[in-house]
This record gives sequence, structure tokens and C-alpha cells, in this order.
Amino acid sequence: MTAAVELMGITKRFGDVVAVDAIDLAIEDGEFFAMLGPSGCGKTTTLRMIAGLDFPTEGSLKIFGDEVGTLPPNKRPVNTVFQSYALFPHMNVLDNVAFGLRMQGLSKSAARASSVEAIELVQLAGMEARMPSQMSGGQQQRVALARALVNKPKVLLLDEPLGALDLKLRQEMQGELKRLQQELGVSFVFVTHDQEEALTMSDRIAVMNQGELLQVGTPEDIYEHPANRFVADFIGQTNLLEGTVEDSSTVCLANGARVQARSDKAVGTSVAVSLRPERAHIAAQGSVDERPAVDGVVDHMTYLGNARVYRVRLDWMEVEVREENRPGAELHEPGTPVSVWWDPGAVWVVGDE
Amino acid sequence: MTAIDAPEARQATPEFEALALRQERRRGFLLALPAWIYLFLFFAIPFGIVVVYSFATRTSRGGVALSAWNLASYERLGEDIVRNVLVRSLGLALLTTVICLVAAYPFAYYMTTRSTRVRNLMLVFVMIPFWTNFLVRNYAWRLILAEDGPWNTTVDTLGIDSVTGWILDLPSWIAPDVLVGWMADVPEPLFTKLAVVLGLVYSFLPFMILPLYASIERIDSSLFEASRDLYASARQSFLRVLLPLSMPGVVAGSILVFVPSLGAYVTPDILGGGKEVLLGSYIVTQFGTARNFPFGASLSVVLMIVMLTATIGYFRSGGRNL
Repeated sequence: MTAAVELMGITKRFGDVVAVDAIDLAIEDGEFFAMLGPSGCGKTTTLRMIAGLDFPTEGSLKIFGDEVGTLPPNKRPVNTVFQSYALFPHMNVLDNVAFGLRMQGLSKSAARASSVEAIELVQLAGMEARMPSQMSGGQQQRVALARALVNKPKVLLLDEPLGALDLKLRQEMQGELKRLQQELGVSFVFVTHDQEEALTMSDRIAVMNQGELLQVGTPEDIYEHPANRFVADFIGQTNLLEGTVEDSSTVCLANGARVQARSDKAVGTSVAVSLRPERAHIAAQGSVDERPAVDGVVDHMTYLGNARVYRVRLDWMEVEVREENRPGAELHEPGTPVSVWWDPGAVWVVGDE
Repeated sequence: MTAIDAPEARQATPEFEALALRQERRRGFLLALPAWIYLFLFFAIPFGIVVVYSFATRTSRGGVALSAWNLASYERLGEDIVRNVLVRSLGLALLTTVICLVAAYPFAYYMTTRSTRVRNLMLVFVMIPFWTNFLVRNYAWRLILAEDGPWNTTVDTLGIDSVTGWILDLPSWIAPDVLVGWMADVPEPLFTKLAVVLGLVYSFLPFMILPLYASIERIDSSLFEASRDLYASARQSFLRVLLPLSMPGVVAGSILVFVPSLGAYVTPDILGGGKEVLLGSYIVTQFGTARNFPFGASLSVVLMIVMLTATIGYFRSGGRNL
């Protein structure tokens, strides 16, 4: 099967700055694909190159097998939902949505009919005559979606479309986007810096940093088996316990303690053991047997309602432990010496690469 | 002090808010007072005098009789000679405006695509001519356009006169008389309509560039990207998105060029040699040599009405678009 979008060795330089560095990536037809990374990581530039708003300096870019490297945006079978929505302020909702169809040469009545349908699809029926300035952010967002989808793009590109919405509306739109994507069966390529959003919505995620593609995988892959230190730290929260590989199943931590942790890294490589706060547990010192553990002192505790987060000071770093708020859960006052322990399978070893 | 200090009025009741709003307005009025006084003394009063004079009668010795009020000066506006002056002035002002618009738009657009540093530099270049006296600049053009001046030599060297000559020889159904008339002036433009339009375009181009730049600069560039993404060609993006959104600038610039062009006096006089009588010089003549104050005043009132209509039209359309 041909990939919906295929990037081969795509590089984008702005003067001396390398915004995107030799990326290889294939996005399948019909998948919800997120590009995730901190701001300035090159994710938006990558999206803009797929849209044709920027051209790659090097490399090949194919959409359903056709090379589109330097085609202008109006010659590509993709549409974009812009971060600022970019609705035409001098046109009402209907004219905004019909714009793409009119530009493709459809008659006014045909364009109008399809546009009304698209407006219904995003649940704005009856608002055709409104001007964008008379609508809320969430409604403008829906208009932008309808305006892109009415053209039946082969790939829909979304540039941080939910960034400007408040939390409640954001969660509502997340569900809505997912519903639309499944209903239409078109691939959505979604750029975001919000890891939670990427995890909840996507079929697959590409994590980028400083122009490089670090890892591509399902949300589970990326959370459970991050490729390196950056991904482990960026996706969710984690404690990175520094150490060196001793053999394939042991890591020697910075304080000299040996813990059981599988890795395929070469002996002697400096690595970090990634321990998610929710996988770590806390117990009175000396009460832990057999299981891997490190000793420390409770620094402080934050009560979250459904959980308690302890910060525990070890002699060379601090770790965070999240204990679910179960009835009868043991309390550990600040200043108490404790052991932080975990199941041997709960940690994951990451390196720099 | 007023009720604002009373404790019960400190609460945010509707009455209190209305009071606060009134006080705010009063403060605003006080701040604007110097400007109001200036406008009253130097615009309202003189214009009132002009309006009054336009209904007065010219005495046989060239004075003004502020008694026998009549509409005689306005009736004269229907005379052929006056109508010709009006039509010619309107035509030249319109032509100047169109040329300025066509020349300024690409320049203004280009400016918005540059870095701030280049933009500021370009703005300075647009403004530099203002540092030189208007009269001096017009006389400079006289030297440029004079016989054996730079214009003349360039036209000769490039052989442009043979091209214009060729156009002059075309049958009249291909080259309309108007075009032929203008072409005939190209080799020696001084003291022709061509020189007047050149001078007006040169003088008023900045008034077109600045509002255009301001309105194009305000447009979110992602709107062009969105239109390109939605299958519009570059030309369609311009016609459907850029142009309609920059309309306030187009209208503002057009009025800023049209209005002074219509009343222009210095440029037609210096570069046109006074051969083409335009509204500005016609009014000057009435107040000067002809010593017909009432007629000059009525012409001024007409000019003022045209300009006010244009300005009101601008604010009407601007109000919708901004």
C-alpha cells in the first residue's frame, strides 16, 4: 500500500538554521498521526512542507506516491487547518467554507450545497450567514475544519488547532476531531506540543526535537518504551536515575547501587533508568525485600485528591513518587526515611541516542 | 467635589457607572479643547466667511457688497467655460489617482514582505521628498522636463519619440484621440497635461503608499496561505483576499491623492505653464486678477462639497471594513 505522505531525507534550512534535519517518515492512509515536540522542534515546518507553504531544501516528498516537492499549495490534494484558523474576515461562514470549491471551478450552487453539508458535519447548521468575528473561538475552529474538509482532501493537516481553546472546549474538540477522522477515514496529520493530547488522540506519534525525528510509534510504544532520554522526559513524567550499564540486565546507579534493568546497550554506556512516578512505590526503610529499591528521605508531599505525590530526596537526586489514594494507604510525613521501590519490569533504560 | 465622594455612590450601581462615564467624557472634551479651538478659528470661521461671500454680490469696483444676497455665483457654475474647467480638473485628478494607485500598490505590498529594517529604510525613502520645499521640487521637475534636459535627452537616446510617432500615425480607430493627444506630448512634455500629471503623481504618491502599506501590513499573512491552500492561484488570492481586505487603504489613499490633485494650484501652474486652466488656478484668478470674490467663493464651496463627499464616503466604507 502506498503511504499517504512519504518524506525521504527531508531537510529544511533557513539560512544557517537547520529547521528540519533529514527526516524519513511515512504516514499511512486513514491514520490519525501526531507530530509532537517542544516549540521550535521543526514539527510545524514539516507540516508546512507537506502543505506546500514551505519547500524542502533537500529530499523527496510524496503524497500518495506522487512527488510534490515544489508544487504550490493549490496543486496539492491536502488542506490545512491553521493555528490562527485564518478565516477570511470579509466573508461569512458559507463563503468561507465554499471558497476552496469555488476556486476549483465548481458552480456557485454546487459549492453552496456541499458547503451546507460540511457546515452540518461540524454542527454549525444555521450559522451560514454569520461573520467569523461574530463567532466564538470554538465555532471559528469548526468553520476552519469545515472549510478544509469540504474539499475532501486526501490528507488533512492540522497545525496546533486546539492551542487557543480553553480546557473544556479543547477536550470536546479532541473527541470531535477523532470522530470526524474515523467517520471520513482520511489521514489527519496533527501538530501539537501537548503530549497528553497526542497520546489520547493519535494512532501513531512522531516525536521531534531540534529538527530531528526521535521516535515514531503508537502512544503505548512511546510511553512504555521511549527511544531515548528526551522522549522519556517529554512524554509524561518520569524520574531519570543516572547510571552505567553493567550487563544486559543490570545498571549500576550513580550512587553505586545495582538495580535490575534490562537493556540492549553496550556494557559501560552511560544511561538513565526511567522510573515513572506512578510505577514507583514508597515504604518505610528496611521493609522492602528482594525488589529493586533506593533509600531516601521524604522532602514534601502534595495532596491531589485522587493521589499523593511525594518528593523523595536521595543522596544524589530527587525522585517523585505517585501513590494512588486508596483507603488505608500508608502516610509518610516529610523527614521520614523511606525506600522507593518498584517492580523489576516497571523501569525502562534510555540512553542519549 | 461631586457625589462621587459620597460613600453610597461608590458602589458599582448603574447610576454610578453612568456618572463615571459622563465624567470620563467631560475629561475627554477638555483634552480635545485646544484642537477644537484651532479647528473653529482656522477652519470653521474662514469657511463660514467663504460660504457667506458666495451668496454676496460683486460691486462694479471689484469689492463685495454684503447686502444683496443672491445665487448668481452658483448660476455661473453652469457656464460652458466653468464646466470645462471642472471636468478637466476632475479628469486629471482621477487619472493621477489611478496612476498613483497602480504604482503604489506593488510597492506597498513589497514593503510588507520585507524585514523591519528594510521596511523602515523604504519608509524613509518615501518620506525624504517631504524634507524639501514643495515649490523647489516642482521647479526641479521643470528642469528635468525642459528642452535638452534629462527627460528630453533620454527620450532622444532611446528613440522613444519614434515609437510615439509611430502611435501617432496609427489610424484613429486603433489609437483613440486621447491617447494620441498624450503621446504627442512625450518628446517635449513641459507645459503640457502630461507634465502636470507627472508632477501630481510625483507629489502625491507618498499619500497613496502610506495608507496602503498600513492596511496591507495589518492583514494576517496566514490568510494568503489559507487561500493558496484552498486552491486559489496567486492572482485569485490577490483578487479575492488581498484586495478586498486592503480596500480601506485603497479608499483612504485614493481620497488623499484625489482631493489635493483636484484643488492643485502650484503644480499645474509651474509644470503646466498655466496653459491648462484647472480648478485651483481658476479660483485663484477669481480672487486675484478678476476680483470676483463671490464667484471664487462659490467655486471653493463646490470644491469643498466634492471633497467632503469623498471623505464621508471614505468613512462610511472604512467603517464597514475596519
